Amino acid sequence: MTGNISGAVLEQDLQRMPQLKGSLLEGRGLKSRIFTGITWVLAILASLPLFSVIFMLIAKGGARINWETLTSLPPAAFEFGGGIGPAIVGTAVMVLIASAISIPIGILAAIYLAEIDPYSRLAQTARFLAKVLTGFPSILAGVFVYAAMVVAMKTYSAWAGGVALAVLMLPTIILTAEEALKQVPQKMKDAAYGMGCTRAQVISKVTLPTGIPGVVTGVLLAVAGAAGESAPLLFTALFSTYFINGFEGLSEPTSSLSILIYNFSGMPYDNQIELAWTASLVLVLIILVFNILARVLGRQKH
Amino acid sequence: MASNPFAHVVTKVCGPPSAADYGADKLLRGIVWGAAAVILLLVAYIIFELGRQALPAIIEFGPEFLYSTTWDVQDQQFGILPEIWGTLYSSLLALLIGGVLGVAIAIFLTQDFLDHRVSNVFRTIVEMLAAIPSVVYGLWGIYVLIPLIRPAANWLHDTLGWFPLFGTSLSGPGMAPAALVLAVMILPTVAAISVDAFKRVPYKVKEAAYGMGTTRWEAILKVMLPTASSGILAALVLGFGRALGETMALAMLIGNSNQISLSLFAPANTLASLLASSFPEAGPLEVQALMYAALALLGITLIVNVLGLWIMKAATRKFEGR
Repeated sequence: MTGNISGAVLEQDLQRMPQLKGSLLEGRGLKSRIFTGITWVLAILASLPLFSVIFMLIAKGGARINWETLTSLPPAAFEFGGGIGPAIVGTAVMVLIASAISIPIGILAAIYLAEIDPYSRLAQTARFLAKVLTGFPSILAGVFVYAAMVVAMKTYSAWAGGVALAVLMLPTIILTAEEALKQVPQKMKDAAYGMGCTRAQVISKVTLPTGIPGVVTGVLLAVAGAAGESAPLLFTALFSTYFINGFEGLSEPTSSLSILIYNFSGMPYDNQIELAWTASLVLVLIILVFNILARVLGRQKH
Repeated sequence: MASNPFAHVVTKVCGPPSAADYGADKLLRGIVWGAAAVILLLVAYIIFELGRQALPAIIEFGPEFLYSTTWDVQDQQFGILPEIWGTLYSSLLALLIGGVLGVAIAIFLTQDFLDHRVSNVFRTIVEMLAAIPSVVYGLWGIYVLIPLIRPAANWLHDTLGWFPLFGTSLSGPGMAPAALVLAVMILPTVAAISVDAFKRVPYKVKEAAYGMGTTRWEAILKVMLPTASSGILAALVLGFGRALGETMALAMLIGNSNQISLSLFAPANTLASLLASSFPEAGPLEVQALMYAALALLGITLIVNVLGLWIMKAATRKFEGR
């Protein structure tokens, strides 16, 4: 405005300046958009299997959900009807055995790791091994228990199945319980120590009661995982078409939902395949309930 | 007093600990020490027991077991090279697919693409993918996935059959459906660990990138991904380890065929599904051979998992300095 020279300079400057006002449809903006689109597609692609699985479970398994199916014995080869009663009971019993073994040991070990001596060599080794064991192939738990128990007892049994599941639950419980106990504020513990509490008193009266929701969350997730496991049961509990018969029945081959699905899925009979879908639906519902419980409890913590 | 959260402590503890309190303290320390030692003993016992059961087979077959290809119960010839190949090949394919999807989901969830509520939905979906049991995926694979991909697979074989990956037609179970299901199964592992890796990157780093005028994706690809790369590598290695040991879905989908083939549509076998399918009916010598195979699987997964954990530890140390 003040002369030709400065006007030319201004124009040059403007040309040299980066373009601050970018268009969304060209150059870098467009590239960014394309990437965003691809990510959306990938995310939706990754969620498709879940919806497909759930749809199939309801479509193919939903029809047979009734009292008869849930309580009666599985059918023989050409039989109609039948159900998955023994499998539901078997899964429940073996998960119970596994919980009875792994929950106490897991929580106690977590107390040691979180509270007593977190940096000792034992704690560091145990923590590392627990992490390694979470990636431990579940079938190897089955092979191990076969070698350690089934061979010695000379029979497949619910006990062996329960122990195999316990091997898989233990590391999950230890690690989640340790995390939960570490969340308990140091101030609360210090206050208790200040009043003259011993370690044991602090743990039983402050740390555990305060950290328990997180611990329970971890336990519920471990239980849900164990209920869905099948590889460790293949040759520890094997399979059975009958209900567990009293306490002695625990030392006999035992049915489970997951092995029933595995066995029935390969059979050439429509009835069995239908039951495999129904059993899958029941199994997924059980796991879902435990997962939801865990989530609800986990949320309460905050 | 009712509202005091320390009420239960205050009312119980007054005065110095008694001898009984000290005793209880000692006892509890002993018990929890023992519980922590259980995990060490357990791992030692697992390795010892598998080794003891496999020892006759190790002496009998030696290292040749690992690179010979026949599994013949009649002739008592046992070798697991096809299974080792199948285990590694299926896991690698699964990692290729599941890794891309898992990291993409992690980016999606952590880089402010989504409204809080929508991202919670996706997080729940990924968690539920992890919660579905392996056998259910197997069942789904048999009755949904295989019929779904068979036309495409056979079209690929007919038109591009000269290409080794498409060298055979898909008649039912095979490598492709097994690897796809495996990919879905390891996706949650990869996604969860990658999410943690992205969350560890300080927000300042991204702000600095934005401040230099990058677009969102330039910031992600050139700044966030490289910074989180060690954590993502750990996610991929641990996902790979998860794939190596996965059993039931593979036993149902891979076809349990003792052969080495590059073709995606040929049936194959893995160590875990060999164990699952042969163990229940095995005779004494075959059981020993299977124990040897189990030991090999244990060895492979241990190496991969320890490697993954080690990378993860290094990645965490980078940001947290411990």
